[in-house]
Amino acid sequence: MNLADMTALELGAAIKKGEISAVEAAKFSLGQIDKYNSRFSCFVTVQDDVLQRAEEVQQKITSGEYTSPLAGVPMGIKDNMCQKGIQTSCGSRMLGNFKPTYSATAVEEIMKAGAVPLGKLNMDEFAMGSTSETSYFGATKNPWNVNCVPGGSSGGSAAAVAAGECFYALGSDTGGSIRQPASFCGVTGIKPTYGSVSRFGLVAYASSLDQIGPLARNAADCAAVLGEIMKQDKKDNTSVATKGVALDAVLHTDVKGMKIGIPTDFFGEGLDKEVAASIEAAAKQLESMGATVEKFDMPIVKYAIPAYYIIASAEASSNLSRYDGIKYGYRADDFEDLLDLYTKSRSEGFGMEVKRRIMLGCFVLSSGYYDAYYRKALQAKALIKGAFDKAFEKYDLILGPVAPTTALKIGENLSDPLKMYLGDIYTVMINLAGLPAASVPCGFDGKGMPVGMHLIGNYFDETKILGAAHAYQQVTDWHKRTPTELENR
Amino acid sequence: MVITDELVTYLEALGRIKLPEESRAKAQSDLQEILQYIDTLSELDTEGIEPMSHALPLTNVMREDEVQPSIPTEDVLKNAPAQKDNYFLVPRSFE
Repeated sequence: MNLADMTALELGAAIKKGEISAVEAAKFSLGQIDKYNSRFSCFVTVQDDVLQRAEEVQQKITSGEYTSPLAGVPMGIKDNMCQKGIQTSCGSRMLGNFKPTYSATAVEEIMKAGAVPLGKLNMDEFAMGSTSETSYFGATKNPWNVNCVPGGSSGGSAAAVAAGECFYALGSDTGGSIRQPASFCGVTGIKPTYGSVSRFGLVAYASSLDQIGPLARNAADCAAVLGEIMKQDKKDNTSVATKGVALDAVLHTDVKGMKIGIPTDFFGEGLDKEVAASIEAAAKQLESMGATVEKFDMPIVKYAIPAYYIIASAEASSNLSRYDGIKYGYRADDFEDLLDLYTKSRSEGFGMEVKRRIMLGCFVLSSGYYDAYYRKALQAKALIKGAFDKAFEKYDLILGPVAPTTALKIGENLSDPLKMYLGDIYTVMINLAGLPAASVPCGFDGKGMPVGMHLIGNYFDETKILGAAHAYQQVTDWHKRTPTELENR
Repeated sequence: MVITDELVTYLEALGRIKLPEESRAKAQSDLQEILQYIDTLSELDTEGIEPMSHALPLTNVMREDEVQPSIPTEDVLKNAPAQKDNYFLVPRSFE
């Protein structure tokens, strides 16, 4: 049995059958982390209780308490989800010493399913970035090419799955932070409908857009993870009741007869030719499987980035005002008075990108500019949602690229924030509309870097998205390829 | 919209942050560039469109007012950078 090639569900089934124990699986993953973490820097923290937890889980699997198909499978958690007693630093110096006294609901739910968490995964500071380079703890590297970024902000989550350091990971997506790194690292990831996974215990960036979701080796694994964490939660007042994800339905989806729309405006200036060709090829593949594929216009696309950066920065500036150097987090050593304590602690605790977004947020919310920026952005958001509502009257799914390019070189966009923001063109609209969307591996560019296709569904259509992705993965092998950088794969 | 040095100082004050001296000029030009791009939004006709905070209709979630244990003081203070006698410790703010 070669664990390196197994999916989370395959490993879960092998554990259930007693072919391998949860402890052996955990030992394997710890070995992978030993082997690769110095090279890719996916994990910020590796837990010291992994084997203990694995033993406990194994006992509960044997006794019949844990029945989830994922029980005993080693996994990782993005470093912005609170986990009791485990450093949760959000990629920031500000929370470098923060050990939550409670766990996020999503973490508790996955623990109830018998997860064996290995540790916390690297990310852009406070999830602000698309490259995982803004982390205070250093940049994560892309396992397909260590000179490239893994994408962001859930770059550690995507790279750890791609490198085989864990079998699945939890990430979060505010403007593409699950889907874009999934695309850059050749793994499958889904951001579910807004409100379907509790945000309780997720360190807030932009609360009206933040959503937790899984990254894994394929669509079926994503469905299994989502099935465990999509639960309504009284502790999150934007949490909604959903019909969940039906794993069995995902596994038996036929795309025959499905209507898939492709917005022509997704194929404008800035889209890499090789990425475009991969998406076109994926559309043809789906067509050959019996889906109807048709192009349509969605001119609102060009206003998505401005609207997103206004709304996200506004909410960030407000959310991050809690970091005052008093209740928790970093406090500067020397200060004259209370205001000086706030200012110095925040200036030393936050990195440049976070400061930039706080200032941008303060600007768009400030007196005299509120109507022209913030209010206008909320109107644009209504128009974006309207455009999707109209499209879903006609189509089951919308298909397009996840990102305009494949993974960029490390450092390429770090000094040019606007260029980095423009890379979010296809993903941010989905968060503004609150829709579910997945990134599914669909090819490689000439340099051998993975390309992901974006499958966008209507509200609560996670089963349909992952079902179509699963059907696609039955006839393609893009998701099965592994980076040549890895040994013994 | 022109981002002046004064505006940068004002935004620093609003956000309770101070940029390092050596990155001020770059921050100013970056903000200018970002804002210029964001200004394309002004072309969009939003006449009569209701601003939307949430894409899905949300209703207030009510729950029974049951007495439940509070977070213990010890836990609340666990991550505090400074504490004294079961309180957060802050510099003197009243004279």
